[in-house]
Amino acid sequence: MIDLQNVGYNYGGGELFTDVSLTLAPGTFHFLTGPSGSGKTTLMKLCYGELQATTGRVAMFGADAKGLGRDGVALARRRIGVVHQDCQFLDHLAVSDNILLPLTVAGRTADGADNLVDLLTWVGLAGQAGQRPPELSGGERQRAALARAVIMSPEVILADEPTGNVDWEMSQRLLTLLVELNKMGKAVLIATHDMNLIRAAKAQVQARVLRLQGGRLRAAGADL
Amino acid sequence: MMLGDPQADRAVPPTGFTATLTTFAAGAMAFLAVFALALALATDRLADRWAAELARTSTLRISAPATELPAQTAQALRVLDTTPGVASSRAVTADEARALLEPWFGPDLPLENLPVPQLIEIVEDADGYDATGLRARLQAEVPGAVLDDHTRWRAPLVQAAGRLRTLGVVALVLIFGATGAMITLAAQAALAANAQVIRVLRLVGATDAYIARAFVRRFTLRALSGAAVGALAGMVAIGFLPSADAAGGFLTGLGFQGAGWLWPLIVPPMAALVAYVATRIAAGRMLQEQS
Repeated sequence: MIDLQNVGYNYGGGELFTDVSLTLAPGTFHFLTGPSGSGKTTLMKLCYGELQATTGRVAMFGADAKGLGRDGVALARRRIGVVHQDCQFLDHLAVSDNILLPLTVAGRTADGADNLVDLLTWVGLAGQAGQRPPELSGGERQRAALARAVIMSPEVILADEPTGNVDWEMSQRLLTLLVELNKMGKAVLIATHDMNLIRAAKAQVQARVLRLQGGRLRAAGADL
Repeated sequence: MMLGDPQADRAVPPTGFTATLTTFAAGAMAFLAVFALALALATDRLADRWAAELARTSTLRISAPATELPAQTAQALRVLDTTPGVASSRAVTADEARALLEPWFGPDLPLENLPVPQLIEIVEDADGYDATGLRARLQAEVPGAVLDDHTRWRAPLVQAAGRLRTLGVVALVLIFGATGAMITLAAQAALAANAQVIRVLRLVGATDAYIARAFVRRFTLRALSGAAVGALAGMVAIGFLPSADAAGGFLTGLGFQGAGWLWPLIVPPMAALVAYVATRIAAGRMLQEQS
């Protein structure tokens, strides 16, 4: 579905990483680790087409991302659920409207009305549907972002530090949600510093752990 | 487009200084556009009237001692009756002459004590008369007669009215151009101020067309509502101008007449159209730059 072949990215000041290959196939579960500034977020952005690789090839659902154009990337994103560390909401809209936003832009608002209540219950935000995002706590925002990421029933879920702003109990809850999605056949890629989260996940699902460091992507050690 | 997608429309925050700026600019420009339209229509009427009224009429002025004036007038009318191209001719009465002089000398003018020349109004037929030939005949038969076929001062008047009409149209074009420029600036400012909104919309799979549509619809409706208020205010202001009358000058004729009052109604849709095009271009350019 998402296939990176020998990808490199140069941000202008130098090579961030090079020769990175990664395939997010259906039902796979990947963790992406590495020190701050190693390029984890950049790699995620390459996966959903926000950035373009300097070298190598990124394929989104079989098509070269460079040849898709802006609208082609936009359409591909409807098949990818993205959870950002800072969540990125439209603050003037209610939580429910933010969660429905992917369906709204796809012109499928009617499809989501039935699912919305179940989804809000699933992420534990049934009581916060009418609130504005700034009124939510960090954990509630993360769960709302996850709900928005999955409302279109995407084939790939990319989560960048999804547990960065929440306590351990909440991070476990979010992890459980992601594992459930993976068991439904979704490809999941989580960028995180949280080793405890990775260990907890490995107890529930067969996850591959990758480490981005020194401009190279490698499989993490056996301790993980 | 006007019905649009209310859900999509909500993606753009409803407030912000650009909303006020767009509505105000459209309103102010529509107000001015109504005046420019009134000017254009008034000059159009003026040009038509001057051209029509003066083109078919001439004046014969007979200056002679009082004792000879009636005979020369009768002789001149006989000459005119037999001149091809003259549809009709008549001597201006003393009361009409007094009315003509009243604006300068006031009422109760003792016309009989003044050496006022006798005027004869000539109306041409469709073919017109030979002015040179008529002048030659009059010189021989009515020595005190001077023929004025208005050519000398009709042409510059009609030319001036034509230029005023052009100015009115130019003013309209400039007003709509300025409206477009202002709305383009407001749209660019709105797009720049809503960079986060655009980022989120892109993140969830919105195409450029979808994002542009949300902004275009919002700005078009703002321009339409602002221009409607401005045009209405302009029409009320025009309605309060003094009405045209016989003693009035050009400015008192500045207004709409009859079905002409329908013309200002095209100003709000025109402003909306300008806003639509301007915002579409601005949005397209900004989205390309931001990608």
